[in-house]
Amino acid sequence: MLPFLNQGAQSFRHGIHPEDYKAMTRDMPLERMPFMEEVVLPLRQHLGAPSVALVKPGEKVFRGQLIGEAPAFVSANLHASVTGTVKRVEPHHHASGKLEEAIVIERDPYSPQSLYGEQKIDWEDFSPQELIDHIQYAGFVGLGGAAFPTHVKMTVPEGKKARFFIVNAAECEPYLNSDFRILLEWTEAIFLGIRISLKILGAERAYIGVETNKQEAIDRLREMMPSDLPCEVVPLVTKYPQGAEKMLTDAVLDKEIPSGKLPIDIEVLVNNVGTVAGIGQYFSYRQPLIERVVTVTGPGIKRPANLIVPIGTRLSDVIEFCGGLHENTRQILFGGPMMGSAQRFLDVPIMKGTSGLLFLTDQEVFPREEYACIKCLRCVDACPVYLNPSRLGLLAKERKYEDMMEFHILDCMECGSCSYVCPSNIPLVQRFRVAKGLLREKMAREKAKQKA
Amino acid sequence: MDLISALLFLAGLCIALAIALAVANRWLKVEEDPRIDVVEDALPGANCGACGSPGCRAFAEKVIAGEAMPGECPVGGPEGALYVASILGIDAGSVEKKVARLLCAGGNDVAVQVGEYEGYSSCRAAATVAGGFKGCTFGCLGLADCEVACTFDAISMMPNGLPLVDLEACTACGDCVEACPKGLFKIMPVRQKLIVQCRSILEGEAVTDLCKVGCNGCTRCAADAPAGLIEMEHNLPVIDPNRPDLQTEIATYRCPTGAIVWMEGQQFPERHRALKGTKESEETDRAV
Repeated sequence: MLPFLNQGAQSFRHGIHPEDYKAMTRDMPLERMPFMEEVVLPLRQHLGAPSVALVKPGEKVFRGQLIGEAPAFVSANLHASVTGTVKRVEPHHHASGKLEEAIVIERDPYSPQSLYGEQKIDWEDFSPQELIDHIQYAGFVGLGGAAFPTHVKMTVPEGKKARFFIVNAAECEPYLNSDFRILLEWTEAIFLGIRISLKILGAERAYIGVETNKQEAIDRLREMMPSDLPCEVVPLVTKYPQGAEKMLTDAVLDKEIPSGKLPIDIEVLVNNVGTVAGIGQYFSYRQPLIERVVTVTGPGIKRPANLIVPIGTRLSDVIEFCGGLHENTRQILFGGPMMGSAQRFLDVPIMKGTSGLLFLTDQEVFPREEYACIKCLRCVDACPVYLNPSRLGLLAKERKYEDMMEFHILDCMECGSCSYVCPSNIPLVQRFRVAKGLLREKMAREKAKQKA
Repeated sequence: MDLISALLFLAGLCIALAIALAVANRWLKVEEDPRIDVVEDALPGANCGACGSPGCRAFAEKVIAGEAMPGECPVGGPEGALYVASILGIDAGSVEKKVARLLCAGGNDVAVQVGEYEGYSSCRAAATVAGGFKGCTFGCLGLADCEVACTFDAISMMPNGLPLVDLEACTACGDCVEACPKGLFKIMPVRQKLIVQCRSILEGEAVTDLCKVGCNGCTRCAADAPAGLIEMEHNLPVIDPNRPDLQTEIATYRCPTGAIVWMEGQQFPERHRALKGTKESEETDRAV
């Protein structure tokens, strides 16, 4: 049975209610960032195998031209985000903290930067597979942050089907407004993206999950909704981590996804609203994934904004465009404050998965003293996947990583709710990440040994 | 009456179970090679898994079965291997002393820090946050994951933030190799004396701006060494471990940063002397 969709806001169980801090950039319309002299396009911007460079230094490339090809199915194509000349293909600082191969393109200062091969695609007559091929060509990945290749997600495995398509517009991370602005300004593209997605999946119904702190967006979506589109807007209680696809499925359809399974196992497919809008735009004027919406916000930046940034623009260029930093800026995050990753260098490029840039000052970021666990179990009430972070934290502190498997540590999605609510400032999620990393390495070693 | 019947019942139960045990011991006994116990006693008993077996007893079984050589236990060292071999009257196998070497010399006195890290004090946790706080992406973070992981207390942190592996105490069990998120430890035979203490794949000033002792990929060592000993790969010299006969200190003479070193035994010998010596020398070492 479907839940009663229009009776008030819905949600999942557990989770936390952080202050949303969205007012800073909430009412700022999308603004186009100019093309910088140089862009850096890392070959690894998605989950899976890094793409392979198709261009050599000295070659001319056009905005929207394919410059990196996916070597495997779970990978994504890469397109030039400016017209110019390839200067280098070299290891460059990457948001992950590693050095990754990247294509550096110097902008042609005399180019009008028009789109390569711009045209409308008549998609109505395409078969679902042709539509997926187009999405694969355009290099789409999940724009919510994890950057999982979209064509892989949209290819429903044999024996399974997708009855419901959910557009993820929860945007539960505090500070970020990129999805909110997309909902307001690219509404038509979203509807087109939903139409195409429904055709690919053969799904019977689409839902757009929006948290109630974005009431304008809910109103606008309802007002503009084409009458022939089997789509419903579902208002959700403002709660973190509602944007995680498992939580969102639970909130929208009241269906729980079992441990170790994906939404497709219960006939649901979830895509981020940015991805859906991007697909709509691609089919309207053939623009591959070469730019994205980024919220630049936080008390550390002089001029917060919602920007459309060409992918590959350096962090330092965005800072300069936004008026520079306040002196007490202490931390720069790619993404939101809950799951974002801190940056070490200012020359890292904006990537396909970068939903926001957050600049925090020493008012927000300061070392906190860790106290002993008082077993208050606030973390247990917060954990959206029903783990026992308190117990896991004690095991992790003693580095008993093997024992943590018994408590299902690998189900942890590192949302950080446990660390957020802990009154003793125990770095729970940080320890879980260490444990998960070590356990995964160990499992990989054992697998390799078994093979040999 | 109740009391006596309870006592009688328990006594009867004891006798019945004792008979069952005696029968099991006499008739259901599993014959095991008695040498396994002897060899297990002769092994170090650390159950560290460095030999590739799940524990010392499993290793002893393998040795008896002829599937492993006594020398494959790195913890026992040459003496231990020879002892086990003498018990069994077999060949000890290769008993070369191995040790864990740190492939980074960028302590906080020579390497640039670009960030502040105030979180959970663990290298692996720091490495998941943008790769750590150091300018160099490849260098040692100095938060002592290896020191904690070491089963034999062979690793201690030096004042410059690098771990010091004590040559005597290290058994080459490989705990540190698994613990280091940057993969900076390598188990090497002690006779391998030519070592590159850097893992940075960058070249030129991109390296030296961040660390004074990093390898800038100038290739001088490869040019100076006998042909076939050193190959350059990703801007790093790779020393052929199978040609110990070719090793020469000459390869280190023209290194502009001192990234390639000639190591006679202990790594970082001055620091080791200071740390193991009197307290005074430790203080002078800090002052230096």
